[in-house]
Amino acid sequence: MSNKIVKKRSLIPGSTSELVIDAPHIAAKAKPGNFIILRVWEQGERIPLTIADADAKRGTITIVYLVMGKTTEQLETLKEGDSILDLCGPLGKATHIEKLGTVICVGGGTGIAAMHHIAKGNHMAGNHVVAMVGARSKDLLLFVDELKSFCPEVLVSTDDGTCGVKGFVTDLLKDRLCTEYQISPSELDSVTSSLKDRLASDKGIAEVVAVGPVPMMRAVAQAVKPFGIKTTVSLNSIMVDGMGMCGACRVTVGGVVRFACVDGPEFDGQLVDFNELASRLGAFRSQEKISSEHFHKGGCCSHG
Amino acid sequence: MDEKKPKRAAVRTPMPEQPADVRRKNFNEVALGYTMEQAMQEAQRCLQCKTPVCQKGCPVEVNIKDFIGFLAKGDIPGAYQKLLETNSLPAVCGRVCPQESQCEKDCILGKKGQPICIGRLERFAADQFAASSACEQVTGKKVCAIVDEKLKVACIGSGPASLTAAGYLAGLGVKVTVFEALHELGGVLVYGIPEFRLPKGIVRREIDGLRTLGVDFVKNYVGGKTVTVQELFDQGYKAIFVGVGAGLPWFLGIPGETLIGVFSSNEYLTRINLGRAYDFPNWDTPIFPAKNVVVFGGGNVAMDSARTALRLGADNVTIAYRRTKQEMPARIEELHHAIEEGVQFELLCAPIAFLGDDKGYLKGIKLQKMCLGEPDASGRCSPVPVEDEYFELICDMAVVAVGTGPNPILLSNTPGLNLNRRGYIQVHDETQETSIKNLYAGGDISTGSATVIAAMGAGRKAAKSIYEQLMQQKKQ
Repeated sequence: MSNKIVKKRSLIPGSTSELVIDAPHIAAKAKPGNFIILRVWEQGERIPLTIADADAKRGTITIVYLVMGKTTEQLETLKEGDSILDLCGPLGKATHIEKLGTVICVGGGTGIAAMHHIAKGNHMAGNHVVAMVGARSKDLLLFVDELKSFCPEVLVSTDDGTCGVKGFVTDLLKDRLCTEYQISPSELDSVTSSLKDRLASDKGIAEVVAVGPVPMMRAVAQAVKPFGIKTTVSLNSIMVDGMGMCGACRVTVGGVVRFACVDGPEFDGQLVDFNELASRLGAFRSQEKISSEHFHKGGCCSHG
Repeated sequence: MDEKKPKRAAVRTPMPEQPADVRRKNFNEVALGYTMEQAMQEAQRCLQCKTPVCQKGCPVEVNIKDFIGFLAKGDIPGAYQKLLETNSLPAVCGRVCPQESQCEKDCILGKKGQPICIGRLERFAADQFAASSACEQVTGKKVCAIVDEKLKVACIGSGPASLTAAGYLAGLGVKVTVFEALHELGGVLVYGIPEFRLPKGIVRREIDGLRTLGVDFVKNYVGGKTVTVQELFDQGYKAIFVGVGAGLPWFLGIPGETLIGVFSSNEYLTRINLGRAYDFPNWDTPIFPAKNVVVFGGGNVAMDSARTALRLGADNVTIAYRRTKQEMPARIEELHHAIEEGVQFELLCAPIAFLGDDKGYLKGIKLQKMCLGEPDASGRCSPVPVEDEYFELICDMAVVAVGTGPNPILLSNTPGLNLNRRGYIQVHDETQETSIKNLYAGGDISTGSATVIAAMGAGRKAAKSIYEQLMQQKKQ
């Protein structure tokens, strides 16, 4: 259990990095959808990060993180050869993957990394994977080449049009679904009951999986809804232990309170209360600010 | 003055404590411990009964009469050795056992006056004893068996049940490896019980002792996830003990439970105890400050949560409970400490809904008045709702301390493991063996939430059976 960083790659300088970590005991078990909990130093906080890739042969797992708070800022100071103090996993239920046909995998922000692992799993299971990734600008796109290496279709959108289609990833999704189901986007404004029946019986796309910021996952669920396609979203709730002990990650799904760490992290996107999720993600925002400022002032030992 | 023999004191020797107004502002231990003189004075109150009944009240049957006899003479090593014959964590038990409902309950002195302070004396002996070796610290014996690397046993979880099993087996020369899911060892002793009741240094000392005795500890290893029971057998472990605790918090199942500010006691205490959120931002784990805190529940965990909230600077901390103080399952000492420190009580009421603002933050709680009805299965009067009697409490934090259920991770990943009606692991009464051969379990994961000492008793019982089984296998 060296937890040693064998490779570090800056994906978006100063904001997003990828670590390949030597952790054979986790790599042997890690499946798409699983996450790990890590701590960077002796007085550190436990934070969950989704496993972006795993290589059981080499004994490594890959994680991708957005530098957005004290712990990830400190994680960013680690270099190749350094070790992660505490690394625990794989946690959470693995993605349910079976051969279904065509599966659309949508990713946004660092969620693209987690989506990549799920897309890969679907590809290995023999599904036709359509990957859709979106970012504000070309420089902020992740994993496009990796996805292209196995996905027959990789569709890209950027808000500013610097790469792929100008617009949101949900625009790509709507277009692709309309093409697949042979309807015009305007028909979606008022879905007639006959169209609804037709869409429900038409099995063009077996599943849509979305991983990314809450607004994106909510928009994906809304876009998919008229088509009646199974929608799976991966939730990034606040967690403490990550193994069902504390309930910090409570989320309401279909009116029932579930724990994202042990019941999820993946749930039916049509049933998740995204407003509640978004509000709960901000529960500790003012403490997060204090912690980050404390770190910048040198109030906490930086990693040597 | 009676010059021949000092008169036996009628009352219990009081425990020196931090004053309530001081301690409610810090996380240091509340009870400071006896001095040698105080301990001897208290020990000399013991009647040294011919047939002591106190011992029967102890789940691990500590030879109370004899250990107190040694203390009465000022013999700390003798007392410690006696304790260790059946109890491997006396410093912990002396602090957190509910003596008043166990050993002290049956003390003959208590029939006419006040029972002897068994817990305080146990703590004194354990704290004062300076072991010459880890073997002596863990087992009370001068010399332990040399560890046989081939006799491999795994313990899953590092709480009181596993630590006890590990200590017992290691003392007999068994190679024990303890797998812990969290990043710190000790289970509930570390994430659950606050520093002011059980300093973490005490737990660390016990664990260091086990380590010196040859026990290996592996942290960040989740039984059922990182490694399964079958994989451990495949790796050559001859027997496995599961002591993973209960650890799935119950909520109230009422509207508004996902508002920001509503915490399970597990989350609240884990942030503060394991994450040391009381020292934020020097430690990274946060808890947000709250001015008005309401805690639901009447057990020790509710008391711990309420007293913790006071220490973190809350203006008002209220324990809301469906029955009255008499029915509370908390230790009387914990209840007293909470009252002394300024915890308020809202009794005979049950929560109906958490109330929030439009941003999702908790603002208050709606409660219904209750009255006491007929005794229920637990023997306590059951709370009965009073019709149309509702009221509200303003609060910005609520801590739900109404118990825990079985954590599903290990159970759902262990095929062939039989569970009881309540979803806990079914074990053989005498051996603690589960439905899977050579797999043992004990503590909260087989009984549901109970005491540290009950878990230790189960760990010890399992360890005995495991050892017998290992010896039989060796013969074959």
